[in-house]
Amino acid sequence: MNSQPATPTNQRLPTAAPDGALFTFDDVTVAFGKAQVLRGIDLQVPGSGITVVLGPSGSGKSTLTRLCNRLLDATGGTVSLRGTDVRDLDVLELRRAVGMVFQRPTLFDGTVRDNFEATGVSDPARHHEVLASVGLDANFLVRGAATLSGGEAQRVCLARTLLMRPQVLVADEPTASLDEAASRTLEGLARGLADHGVPILWVTHDLAQVERIADRRVLLEGGRVVAVE
Amino acid sequence: MSGPVELLGVAASGLLVLIAVGISAWAGLRLERDLITAALRALVQLLLLGLVLTALMAPGQPLALSWLWVAVMILFAGWTVHRRVPSVRGLWLLSMGAFAASAVVTLGVLFGAGVFPVTGTTVVPLAGLMIGNSMTATILVSRRIMAEFKDKRLEIEARLALGHPSSEAAKPYLREALRTALIPQVETTKAVGIVFLPGMMVGLLLAGVSPLGAVQAQVVIMYLVLGSVAVTTSVIALGMRRILFTHAHQLRLPNDE
Repeated sequence: MNSQPATPTNQRLPTAAPDGALFTFDDVTVAFGKAQVLRGIDLQVPGSGITVVLGPSGSGKSTLTRLCNRLLDATGGTVSLRGTDVRDLDVLELRRAVGMVFQRPTLFDGTVRDNFEATGVSDPARHHEVLASVGLDANFLVRGAATLSGGEAQRVCLARTLLMRPQVLVADEPTASLDEAASRTLEGLARGLADHGVPILWVTHDLAQVERIADRRVLLEGGRVVAVE
Repeated sequence: MSGPVELLGVAASGLLVLIAVGISAWAGLRLERDLITAALRALVQLLLLGLVLTALMAPGQPLALSWLWVAVMILFAGWTVHRRVPSVRGLWLLSMGAFAASAVVTLGVLFGAGVFPVTGTTVVPLAGLMIGNSMTATILVSRRIMAEFKDKRLEIEARLALGHPSSEAAKPYLREALRTALIPQVETTKAVGIVFLPGMMVGLLLAGVSPLGAVQAQVVIMYLVLGSVAVTTSVIALGMRRILFTHAHQLRLPNDE
C-alpha cells in the first residue's frame, strides 16, 4: 500500500490529550425514546493502531461510532476528542478530522471524480494519490459510481474520506457487504493507514477479522462495555 | 338565481352523479356512499362559500373582512397539509407560512401591477385559487421530501460525514423532491388549451365572456397558480430542511425518537 499523508489539516482541533487518549467516553448514554442503546459507557480509545469494537447486533456498536463525529449526540455523559468535548468543537471541522466509512458503500451519483470533488478537494494529483493509496488506478476517476463492484465502491469511499486527510478513521462494519477478497484488501489498507499514523476505530462482529486486524478489542453487549483487551 | 345556470340545471347535473353511482354499483367498486357524500359535501361547501362571498362582496363591506377570510383559508389549508402528512412536526405552521408567503408574492404582483383591482370581488377568489392549487403541491412536496430523506438517508449522512453543512447535504434530495412536485404543474400548463380547457375559462365562456377575454383571464390565473406552487413548495422545502436537521447538522427523521 502507498503511504497516506497523515498530516492533520484541522489545526483548530485539539492535537493531543494529557492522557494520550484519542476518544474518551465518559458515562455516555444514548436513548431513542424509551429504548436505551448505550448505557453508561466509560471508554478510552488510544491515539494509535486499530481499536476494534465488537459485539452482537443491537449492542450499540454503530451508535458508538456515530458519536465520534457527532452524526448523533449522547443523551447523557460526554464524548471527548483528545480531551475536548466534541460538542465544543466546530462540528464541520470535527467531521473532516474524523473520517468515516460506513457499512454499505455510499457513493453519490456521477463519477468517482464527482465523488472526490464532493469533499471540496479538486486537485487531480491528490485524486490520483488517494486512488493509488487504496490500490486503484487513475482510470477509475472517470468510472461511474454505479458501475463499481461492492469492493471497489468501498475502496473509493475510503479514498474519498482520505482526501480530507482525516486525523482518525472510524469504520462502521466496512466489510459487512463485501466478499472475502475485498474484505482482506480493505483490512490491509486499514493496517497500512494505522502504521502510517492514522488511528482507526473499526467496528465488526466478525471474530476472525478481529484476530487479523485488532491491536485492541472493546466488547460491547447490551449497550455496555463488557471487556477491553 | 343570477348566473348562467338555473337551479333546475344544477339539479339536472345531479343525474351525472347518479350515473357515477350506478357505474360504481354495477362494477362492484363500493364507492356509492363516497360518491354521494362527496357530491353533497361539495354542494354544501360551495353554497356556504357562495353565501360568504355574497356577504364579503356586498357594497360597503370593509376589505379587511376579505383578508380575514383569506387568513381563515390559510389556517385550514395548513391544517389539511398537517393532517395529510402528520409525521412532520411543525408542518401546520410551516405550510401556513408557505401559503402566506405565496399570497404576498403572487397577489402582490397581480395587485401591485394593477392586473386586478384590490376589492372584495377579487381578493377572496384569487387567494382561494392560489391556496387551493398550491395545497396539492405542498402535500406532494412534503411527502416527497420525507420519502427522499428516508430513502437516501445513508447518502445524506455520508455527505454530512464529509463535513458538508446540512444545507449542502440536503440540496440534491430537496431539488429532486421539488422537481417532482413542480413537474405536474408544468405539464398541466403546457397542455392547457390543447388537451383540456380549464374550469375557470369554461365558466367565463358559459357566463358569456368573449373567448379572448376568457383566455386573457385564464392566462393570468395559470401564471398565478404556477408562481404560487413554486413559492409554496420552495418555502416548504427550506422549512422542512430546518425541521429535519438539528443545529449541529444532524439528520433527525420522525421515527428516530
